[in-house]
Amino acid sequence: MSFRATSREVGDVTVIDMDGRITLGEGSALLRDLVREKLGTGHRKILMNLGGINYIDSTGLGELVSGYRLVKSEGGELKLLNLNKKVTDLLQITKLYTVFDIHNHEAEAVASFQP
Amino acid sequence: METLIESIALAEEMGVRVAAAAGFGEDDQYKIGLAVHEGVMNAFQYGNKQRRERKIHVTFELHEDKLVIHVIDQGTGFRLEDVPDPREDENVLEDNGRGVLLMKAFMDEVDVHSSEAGGAKLVMAKLHKR
Repeated sequence: MSFRATSREVGDVTVIDMDGRITLGEGSALLRDLVREKLGTGHRKILMNLGGINYIDSTGLGELVSGYRLVKSEGGELKLLNLNKKVTDLLQITKLYTVFDIHNHEAEAVASFQP
Repeated sequence: METLIESIALAEEMGVRVAAAAGFGEDDQYKIGLAVHEGVMNAFQYGNKQRRERKIHVTFELHEDKLVIHVIDQGTGFRLEDVPDPREDENVLEDNGRGVLLMKAFMDEVDVHSSEAGGAKLVMAKLHKR
């Protein structure tokens, strides 16, 4: 399945719900544009819901890191929600599990952002 | 294969199908597919530098004890030991450089040689666990 992303607001947190694959040519560029668009419109608390993501390659992982860095450089926070086993394994192999704040429950994730 | 972005997913799909035909389980099929995806993506981006006229050769060899995959590009080659470890503190927030690590994690053998034409010849193998 190709990449799809939609966003919604939960309080002052922007939740980006994603489906499909984040790979070179299938989602990584769209994801980058979406994060930039959100930052450009003043959104600084971003929760990426990866619950529908069934495949990420190294470019997709790089895009998550790039988004994390970009949001942080603007004084915001980017967190991850609902990783499946494959994505969790990739983050552990690459040590990115230690970089991201990762949650399994949306309400808990939303509440974890700095006020 | 041509040096096209579509070749990456195509090669991955071939890898999954060959792995399935060779009797690997679903988890190993995924790992082999991702390793092929990363190898061909590496050839597409860094080896052939996205130049369409250059070719990427992918071969699958089925041995009694393992599946061996070759990915050959028409670039200038690289040495595995020159690839920085993306898990190091100074690299962990880099955008790139995780492909080789994923291939090593998902395959039992990964090595890079120079092809006869001077490009990189990536050789990966997955052992049958019977």
